[in-house]
Amino acid sequence: MHDSHDNGPKVFGIVAEYDDPDAVLKAAKLAYAEGYREMDAYSPFPVHGLAEALGMHKTRLPWFTLAAGLTGAATGFLLQYIGNVWHYPYDIGGKQVFSWPMYLPITFEATILFAAFTTGFAMIFLNGLPMPYHAMFNAKNFDRATSDRFFLCIETKDRKFDAHKTREFLQRLQPKPLDVSEVSE
Amino acid sequence: MADSTITKDKPKMVNADRPELKPIEPLVLQPQTYETISDTIGSVILEKPQPPGWWLSVAGGFFFVCVLGLSITYLFVEGTGIWGINQPVGWGFAIINLVWWIGIGHAGTLISAILLLLRQDWRNAINRFAEAMTIFAVACAAMFPLLHAGRPWVIFFILPYPNTLALWPNFRSPLAWDVFAISTYGSVSLLFWYLGLIPDFAMLRDRAKNRAVKITYGIISLGWRGSAKHWLRYEMASLLLAGLSTPLVVSVHSIISFDFSIGIVPGWHTTIFPPYFVAGAIYAGFAMVLTIMLPVRSWYKLESLITLNHINNMSKLMLTTSLIVCYGYFSEAFFAWYSGNQYERFMMFNRMTGPYWPAYWMLLFCNFLVPQLLWSARIRVSQWPLWIITIVIGIGMWLERYVIVVTSLTRDFMPSLWGTYHGTIWDWHVRGHAGLLHFLYGALHPLPADDCRARGASYAAQGHGSRALSEG
Repeated sequence: MHDSHDNGPKVFGIVAEYDDPDAVLKAAKLAYAEGYREMDAYSPFPVHGLAEALGMHKTRLPWFTLAAGLTGAATGFLLQYIGNVWHYPYDIGGKQVFSWPMYLPITFEATILFAAFTTGFAMIFLNGLPMPYHAMFNAKNFDRATSDRFFLCIETKDRKFDAHKTREFLQRLQPKPLDVSEVSE
Repeated sequence: MADSTITKDKPKMVNADRPELKPIEPLVLQPQTYETISDTIGSVILEKPQPPGWWLSVAGGFFFVCVLGLSITYLFVEGTGIWGINQPVGWGFAIINLVWWIGIGHAGTLISAILLLLRQDWRNAINRFAEAMTIFAVACAAMFPLLHAGRPWVIFFILPYPNTLALWPNFRSPLAWDVFAISTYGSVSLLFWYLGLIPDFAMLRDRAKNRAVKITYGIISLGWRGSAKHWLRYEMASLLLAGLSTPLVVSVHSIISFDFSIGIVPGWHTTIFPPYFVAGAIYAGFAMVLTIMLPVRSWYKLESLITLNHINNMSKLMLTTSLIVCYGYFSEAFFAWYSGNQYERFMMFNRMTGPYWPAYWMLLFCNFLVPQLLWSARIRVSQWPLWIITIVIGIGMWLERYVIVVTSLTRDFMPSLWGTYHGTIWDWHVRGHAGLLHFLYGALHPLPADDCRARGASYAAQGHGSRALSEG
């Protein structure tokens, strides 16, 4: 149930502001219990359990790391195999051409290289970053979300969102938010 | 850990006699709120003018960078003949410096990755600092193979790339492994460092008053907004990267040690090299972190974030790794004798009494005797003595590599092939790059000083769940 203004900016959601990580964690749990799903919380540092309270329990990230690590291992090994065994074998003191234990250091380094960069970039892209503009930056006091304020935002796209009821719900929350305000897109 | 407060002049070591790394004081000195920590950190970067010590350090660094630039130019014009390298000593200062710098870099990765996995919360305030040091140390290290090659314009020959000669590097050589190890290490360190800085850049963006500064930080923070869902992935990424970096850092110095141990030269061909090199790397690295951190901590008045507790813990780690390294020295000497191999025995005899004996005994003085002072709790937290010890350790570790490279190469199997080696003035000038690290680090320092994780430490110190904030 969307709150539609005929004119003026579209509403993104309603935001409750806290100055304590435990309070925002509690608020998130209560909002989830109330049935809200399309919401997010913002904090200057990771608050353990906050994402879980919002209904996000795990991330696909480790699978990207695993896949990239295996790709890296294969690339590293094949690079050496193709180069030194198949394409241009060197005879050095009659040593065995396919001496695979000697290929392990580079195979290992390639595994780490691929896995690490994929992890870093996958984290950024799964988070939808870079995103220079986001509606939350319009929220009151949001410039303190990176130093000492904690925010819970229930978004208008939530099925249960209602401009008045949601605002009242947030205002009546215990612990009481410092402020509840509407944030526009 | 709650009520013990500590003053700068009179360190009160509550449990100095206990061997485990228990905090002897809060990780963040009270009273601190999230806001005051952000202020302490943010103002260093955004508001405060640079202290005189900073200008002095940058000026000194700049001078040495100029010396370095001059020496490199002359080197490229004349070739490596200006150095002291000869037959049989083809590996001179360039390789010694490479090994030394790479080792120093390892402390940063140890602090950021291994201590993260071990849940050592005290690392929070120093990790960014150490990570930045790693990057500069790796940059310094990477320069040396380039200079050592003598023809830097063909350095790309070491890379596997398609070429008309259809030639490939010899992947069975440890020198080819070095290329992969160092470049992976350098780039993964850079990635780790940048990802760690994203939330801090966001904090600076939000605190900056100047519009251009704000936009710059806005761009490099990628629009980070501290969403809980983002933090979940971010923490997972940190953990995965720490898990990947830990074996990486061990592999890098092991591979560097293979450069020596895969060869058959007496004194090099030994299985103790990989662990002994890795321990030495951590040892030298912690010394370098302290050498740089102690002055910066006092210039920028960061005593409340980088506490005596952190310094105490790092000193203890230095002492521990010193003992491991000394075990390496002992083991080298013992097995040289026990192996019954006449070349190995001669090598050790030659180290102790041959033409380079002062270097060997100096190295034992710097790396074995001097660090024993760290058994004293008072010395572990006294700034000046500790600072001097860290410099002595830095010198000691450089001498270690000097002894390994020079004594073995000057006198190996055939007396008719023996020679001598001494660095020329140009070797020492290139050594002036030591200032490079200080210069770059000094100039860029304000970025790494910041750490959102320090705020987490304060949260944990207030008795909340510590796991949430032990890493970011």
